[in-house]
Amino acid sequence: MSHPVTPRLGDGFGLFIDRNKPVSFRFDGKTFTGLDGDVITSALAGVGTTMISRSFKYHRPRGLLSLAGHDANSIVKVGKEPNVFADLTPISEGLDVHSVNTAGSLNNDRMAILDLFGRFLPVGFYYRSFFKPGKAWKFWEPLIRRMAGLGVIDPDTPHGYFDKAYGFYDVVVVGGGHGGMNAAIEAARDGASVLIIEEAPLLGGALNYMRLDADGTQGMAICRELLSEIESSANIEIMTNTTATGLFTDGWVAAVRGNRLYKIRAGAVVVAAGAVEQPAVFRNNDRPGIMLASAASRLMRLYGVTPGSNGIILTANDDGYGLALDCLDAGVAVTAILDLRTSPPDTPMRLKAKSAHITIHDAAGIAKALGKCRVNGVVISNIDEDGAWTTVGKTLPCDFVAMAVGYTPNGALIWQGGGWFNYDSDAAYHMVSSLPTGVHAAGMVNGVFEPGLCAADGRRAGASAGAGNPSTVERLDDSSLGRVNHPYPVFSHPKAKDFVDFDEDLQTKDLINGLSQGYRDVQLLKRFSTLGMGPSQGRHSNVNAIRLIARIEGKAEDEVGATTTRPPYRTEKMGVLAGRSFEPIRRTAMHHRHIEAGAQMMPAGAWMRPAYYGPKENAKALIAEEVMGCRGNLGLIDVSTLGGLDVRGPDAAELVNRMYTWAYANQDVGRGRYLLMTEEAGVVIDDGVACRFADDHFYLTATTSGVDGVYRQMLLWNAQWRLNVDITNVTGAYAGVNIAGPNARKALAKVCDDVDISADGFPYMGVRQGTVAGIPARLLRVGFVGELGYEIHVPAHHGEALWDALMQAGAEFSIRPFGVEAQRVMRLEKGHIIIGQDTDGLTTPFEADMGWAVAKKKPFYIGKRSVDIQNASPAHRRLIGFRLTDKSAPCPEECHLVMDGETITGRVTSAVRSPSLDEVVGLAYVPVAIAEAGGTFTIKLGDGQRVEAQVSPIPFYDPDNKRQEL
Amino acid sequence: MKIMPCPLNGPRNISEFVCGGDVKEMPNPESCSDLEWANYVFIHKNPAGVVDEWWCHTPTAYWFVARRNTVTEEILETFTAQQYFGASQGEPA
Repeated sequence: MSHPVTPRLGDGFGLFIDRNKPVSFRFDGKTFTGLDGDVITSALAGVGTTMISRSFKYHRPRGLLSLAGHDANSIVKVGKEPNVFADLTPISEGLDVHSVNTAGSLNNDRMAILDLFGRFLPVGFYYRSFFKPGKAWKFWEPLIRRMAGLGVIDPDTPHGYFDKAYGFYDVVVVGGGHGGMNAAIEAARDGASVLIIEEAPLLGGALNYMRLDADGTQGMAICRELLSEIESSANIEIMTNTTATGLFTDGWVAAVRGNRLYKIRAGAVVVAAGAVEQPAVFRNNDRPGIMLASAASRLMRLYGVTPGSNGIILTANDDGYGLALDCLDAGVAVTAILDLRTSPPDTPMRLKAKSAHITIHDAAGIAKALGKCRVNGVVISNIDEDGAWTTVGKTLPCDFVAMAVGYTPNGALIWQGGGWFNYDSDAAYHMVSSLPTGVHAAGMVNGVFEPGLCAADGRRAGASAGAGNPSTVERLDDSSLGRVNHPYPVFSHPKAKDFVDFDEDLQTKDLINGLSQGYRDVQLLKRFSTLGMGPSQGRHSNVNAIRLIARIEGKAEDEVGATTTRPPYRTEKMGVLAGRSFEPIRRTAMHHRHIEAGAQMMPAGAWMRPAYYGPKENAKALIAEEVMGCRGNLGLIDVSTLGGLDVRGPDAAELVNRMYTWAYANQDVGRGRYLLMTEEAGVVIDDGVACRFADDHFYLTATTSGVDGVYRQMLLWNAQWRLNVDITNVTGAYAGVNIAGPNARKALAKVCDDVDISADGFPYMGVRQGTVAGIPARLLRVGFVGELGYEIHVPAHHGEALWDALMQAGAEFSIRPFGVEAQRVMRLEKGHIIIGQDTDGLTTPFEADMGWAVAKKKPFYIGKRSVDIQNASPAHRRLIGFRLTDKSAPCPEECHLVMDGETITGRVTSAVRSPSLDEVVGLAYVPVAIAEAGGTFTIKLGDGQRVEAQVSPIPFYDPDNKRQEL
Repeated sequence: MKIMPCPLNGPRNISEFVCGGDVKEMPNPESCSDLEWANYVFIHKNPAGVVDEWWCHTPTAYWFVARRNTVTEEILETFTAQQYFGASQGEPA
């Protein structure tokens, strides 16, 4: 059942809506009908719903205030999404909108009783009253949070799709109103690429809804003209429905449209974001139906909805009269205009209002508003020369109140970028006093209001930005400004409920209390009272608060200072910031062969590697079979992920010699040598094998996760040394396998005929270049797993062919692919360390028992001096091999503790139940005193159980290394 | 986001770069005292003002020197290693 569409205003009203397209939506479970182009707030106003929410602290009824998304009143929940601004969210068919912060219903909120107890909830109350005694806050916090929140997060909300886009422009204009459109046109005139970012669905800003002249035709006429000029320009792009939420260094603009974050780099930025109309402060100034004059104008002009049937207009400038004339055009009665000024000038609009017989009270204000869920009258007051009330007058009935008492610059982006504003007491307005580099200000944000001047100021800023000139604080002098902003539209009431900050329910007395308690700095007062900390970020409260503080403290407004404005300009969703989730994965050339063979893949850095081959439930047995297959017969493992660096040039040996601990200068061509790298503090950071293929060519292997860092370090050092070498990271360019096992030579012989692979022709630690299965290959006789084996590295695109050829050649020897798990078992049986697992951020080569890989006589390698200093001091720990004394004891895990009684003296780095030896072996750091072979120690397992271990020489398996040297 | 003018790649987003620390001269490791060496390895000046630092453009693994003001966050000038140090061993003068 949907309600009939309430008739909207006719010609000249309703710019954004399509009267022929009804849209039904739900609000708190009831179905309503609005029109295509409506936002939630306007659609609700269109069906006469004034109340949108309950306030944060006192649960007071709240309604439409700015219709610009500046206020927290318009926060609703849509579907499962909390914190949605109803002012900015278009309705769509079936949209499910809920009010927030109520217990029960919006009209009958049980928490509204808090309003009556307001005087027992003074400012700073929560924190001061509930923190003592000790645990009191733990009790009160959940209650308070439930009572005073804005919406609830549903943890079951599905993930939405969010992404990011990038843009590059010579000039970005933020704000597509009068100043912004002029700036864009002028900036684009000499060919600069220009982007206009506008929050509304159409360009025009205030020109679309604000009455500039008595006839009410000027705004639209100017807008049409500017639009046609923009349309005829080839280099102006327009993004509407888009919010610029942040302005950062070097012209970096963050803009959000829907679920997309635009990261835009601008050569220059023109901020033409206009001004934010300010509320007046009086008792019950928050009642639904009391709104900013600009909100009433927007409601009528943009959405064709009347703000009510008879209104009171509280004004201190011409805009109030403009709104009164708009009301007459729309057939809305104006009960009275209350002008705060003693003797307002007779402008054309005021004269026209007079001639239309609208009641006008000069030097009049509002003492208090009447009504609860909707304003139904005001008590007017007389205002003296100093702006204070003198007498309270009669009560006037009304069903809406519009406030036109002045503006504050919408300068958040300028503040964010590091600019500053100073308060100009004559204009009662914050004026730009410094601008961030490359940022220009134009129009109302720059303190220029008169339409002709505003246009000219936009042209000035646009021309300067388009020409790439440095930004300067400059504005066209607007003498009308003094007649726009009321210097003190604050009328405290003895009974309070005169709200300065609607978001946080702060009344004038709250600020006065804060000041009297010594929070006299505006930054302190902000934190004590939460002034300006709500979703509207003080857009409606900061200026009036500064004026109030200045008056009470007897200071100038500028001496009071200003609070810091930080990004984002509007609330941003976490999803917008996060964007899409990218997890880049690297796959080796043989990846699909592993999948076909049923491999369980595991991540190794960014790479995917086979852990083992076969179903998960058989993991343990499969890994043992892979180990025994390799040890007994023949195994094949994909080692493509290992790092590879090509170092070429006359100084290649010199570079390797300086970067690694061992001696490489005299290394023979055709030989490999272990590589160990330390950083400047002498800590072990990587290892590998140096293969010398020519006097001036080394091929260095590095660990999978370490190679990028090693490569970067080499380039950094060589930027300083500038040796004559070329260093290339060829990790991804080569695929590699290790074919290992007693039958490795026989299998390789079937596919390799141009390299002498006999035991003498190609000994252990030899390196060769040749072909394997017709593929050009680098062959390394190394033995990480401790069997006769060959690492074969080929250009990556041949990787799969190499794998297939070796699997075929090895078939008669029952070749079995093995994964990382089996490799780890085998390397541990051999006592080979893994950098990063068996070493930590402090491990030196000698602690790791790698002293054999350190050249003692070499004058220099990175970290040598540190290693020497450490060697001259007593050692504290050593990495040793151990076996568990009880062969049936459970296997320790990494980081299980080495204990001496109740004292922790070391830790296990690797341990495994060896299938080859049928016992538990491992590596651990232990105190030097017990590090000799035969020493015993205790390991404390994760469950507290203790097992006995004995220091054992390594390798555990094939201690004489006969198998790998076959 | 800041822009870093890379001598090799031109102006790029600062997120493409990593800082490699101050440019500092290594004391002669064979003749300096332990204290001098420890100061070189572990002590960083961290001045409020102009510093010369190593920066690396990570996608191209290119190292260069950037002179920047740590107070104003301005990047004042960038240099190739050759510009900064002059020609050395491996390079033609």
